Amino acid sequence: MTGTTSAKALSLETVGMTMRFGSFTALDDVSIKVKAGSFHALLGENGAGKSTLVKCIMGFYRQTGGQLMVEDREVSVASPKDAAALGLGMVYQHFTLVPSLTGAENLVISRNDVPGVISWKAEREALDAFIQTMPFRIPLDRPVRELAAGEKQKLEIIRQLYLGRRFLILDEPTSVLTPAEADDMLGLVRGMTERGDLSVLMISHKFHEVMKFADAVSVLRRGKHIGSGSTSELNPHDMAAMMIGDVKLAELDSRLPIKSEARTVLELKGLRAKDRSGLKTIEVEGLGIKAGEIVGIAGISGNGQKELAETLAGQRKAETGEILVEAKPYQATRQQSRQFRVRFIPEEPLQNACAPKMSVMENLSLRSFDIGQSGKPRFFLDRAAMRRQADALIAAFKVKTASPSSPIASLSGGNVQRAVLARELTGDVDLLIVSNPCFGLDFSAVAEIRARIMKARNSGTAVLLFSEDLDELLEMSDRILVMSDGRLVYETPARGADISIIGSHMAGHG
Amino acid sequence: MEETALGLWGVPLAILAGAIRVSTPFIFVSLGETLTERSGRINLGLEGTLVFGAMSAYAVAVLTQSAWLGVLAAMCAGAVFGLLHGFICKFPKVNDIAIGIAMMQFGLGLAFFLGKPFIQPVAPKLPSIPLGNWSSLPQVQAALTINVLFIVGLILTFAIAWMLKNTRIGLILRVVGDSSDAARAMGINPNTVRLLATAAGGALAAIGGAYLSLFYPGSWNERISSGQGLMAVALVIFARWNPKGCLFASLLFGGAGALGPALQSVGVTQGYYLFYAAPYVLTLIILIMTSSPTTRLSGAPEELSLTK
Repeated sequence: MTGTTSAKALSLETVGMTMRFGSFTALDDVSIKVKAGSFHALLGENGAGKSTLVKCIMGFYRQTGGQLMVEDREVSVASPKDAAALGLGMVYQHFTLVPSLTGAENLVISRNDVPGVISWKAEREALDAFIQTMPFRIPLDRPVRELAAGEKQKLEIIRQLYLGRRFLILDEPTSVLTPAEADDMLGLVRGMTERGDLSVLMISHKFHEVMKFADAVSVLRRGKHIGSGSTSELNPHDMAAMMIGDVKLAELDSRLPIKSEARTVLELKGLRAKDRSGLKTIEVEGLGIKAGEIVGIAGISGNGQKELAETLAGQRKAETGEILVEAKPYQATRQQSRQFRVRFIPEEPLQNACAPKMSVMENLSLRSFDIGQSGKPRFFLDRAAMRRQADALIAAFKVKTASPSSPIASLSGGNVQRAVLARELTGDVDLLIVSNPCFGLDFSAVAEIRARIMKARNSGTAVLLFSEDLDELLEMSDRILVMSDGRLVYETPARGADISIIGSHMAGHG
Repeated sequence: MEETALGLWGVPLAILAGAIRVSTPFIFVSLGETLTERSGRINLGLEGTLVFGAMSAYAVAVLTQSAWLGVLAAMCAGAVFGLLHGFICKFPKVNDIAIGIAMMQFGLGLAFFLGKPFIQPVAPKLPSIPLGNWSSLPQVQAALTINVLFIVGLILTFAIAWMLKNTRIGLILRVVGDSSDAARAMGINPNTVRLLATAAGGALAAIGGAYLSLFYPGSWNERISSGQGLMAVALVIFARWNPKGCLFASLLFGGAGALGPALQSVGVTQGYYLFYAAPYVLTLIILIMTSSPTTRLSGAPEELSLTK
């Protein structure tokens, strides 16, 4: 049995690793050493070359120059299979388990030597024996799609160990976990490294995780290795400086106090809607948002935030209850959203708020192309006016695009987000509904987008901010509400909020 | 009249007999399509495969005087059709549904072209097992004369259900159907798996065609199928990609199809034509009842272009 052998942690070293794609150098002479049994963090902005480096290690890419050493011996990894044979494994940011298969089926099928006819009795006995040696339990008889995100992530790690991998790359492993789940999972992994069962190279954006669990860090910037060090010698400030270099980040406006006479812009009363599976309902008893206030909704992905946002956007039907905007019933028609100046920035805006193959200019005019200057509906498009508007917005929001007529899908994630923000924040906005606006963006884009939202708030916009990033909510919100299992279960002012209490409500232990 | 000996009991008996007789091609085609769709690809061309299978089975049976050689020939022809579909779909930017429609027309046209000389001759029939000899009533005997292929279909249903759960091939098929990425990460080439699954699906669908030309109705002509291959693809969705569900759906569909002739045989002279539409109406009703505007189809392979 692969998993029960007492294999030891592996050490790994890249020597002068270089990767070029045409004339573009994604990785430039990177030498990093991960000692056996250490927990090494790899830091860097988007596009810094982190994923190129791990893809070279795992054999997805063949490096243009440099060597890979495992246990101080040079190895050649031409494919992921070679990497697996050496005992190198990777846990991806997005789950690679097959959702409709059970945990046991997922484990068995990922082995190389699956027998033609699987004797489930014998396999189960072997699996149970293997699981006994693990520091945590995972239900193996349920289809993986029914597992919570934290359980899936643990199963991914268990699978790597089951396959006998002793050097693991974790790619932002906690991005879908609650703070408590993340601590739990990383603590267990840390324990395994301390026992010498495993070496870990973790890609992360979260400094507090790196400080708490990693022994050492290496920082990449624009394909170059900027520095390495032990976590005991570095602080988050040093690491951030190494990651971004000398770039000036946009600063948040200072928060203006909410006027006591501010009117309530959005009010929900007894709202109920079915979730995506149709089996559960989301229920919001009451929620009011005042002008000039940011209300943050915290929660683990899949607890009804998406459904609530869709209901507000008119994409999902409410079963009962009322949505009131400016004290009037709101059905999210185009006419109403224009009248009440409601704007919406969904998550993954390229898919959810853009026509990906249409041009940046056309996408920027999606809110306004059908009305003329006098506010009357128009039949023929005024392309000159659309072009003027696009040019102005692209300049004002610093959208990097080859031209206003390039398809919006050709823009990077941060620039798509900027373009959508530009469109949605044009003119007066009374209510802004935003979901995960900074997911996957780099420091400067994040800082700028947050500054824009804060500016809108200070000018009197009511903002409803859905985010899976607690730090973002703590920084941006006036009040934070926690959504768990389709309900708003906890409310706290953002200032002085206790993360551990928020986390336990997110996990459903209110 | 003989029928009056049974009276109205003739109707459920005829429905049972019809369910067994009419359902067999549906069982084979829907099982074949289940295999293909479980691998994440749709083959809409099974109607063409079915008809071509019917033609080639009949032709080979006429030439060799062996019905079983006819079935074998149909399977080979069906597998070739499946391989062709799978091969074309391997290329990027090729849509499996469009290729399926093209393959359907191709199969129909080729079958009509090659099958012209075989409309007249008589082929040997597939054997059946008389399970109704205990009864003296000829209707009961006729109803319980069960074709061997129906029994093969029954066994195959449970064999495929078992295979999907308990064999490496079954698990690999499900992995590929659910996540190409996961499959690639395991070193499985999804295209190869889909190619083979489509070939196997084509071979099974062609057996359904052989049943049509070699047993019921038991002759080769150009109107032999009347869309059964397409209906079987719909049955797979209705059956939620589950082999046992396919068996049930096929029996239900066959039984509903026998309603019209059965009513006619007991002397209902008006409006029985409406009952000929019963299977289609039933399928529509069931699909509407089991669907939902807000939730995804449960059990659908995630890689299916239908559900993306």
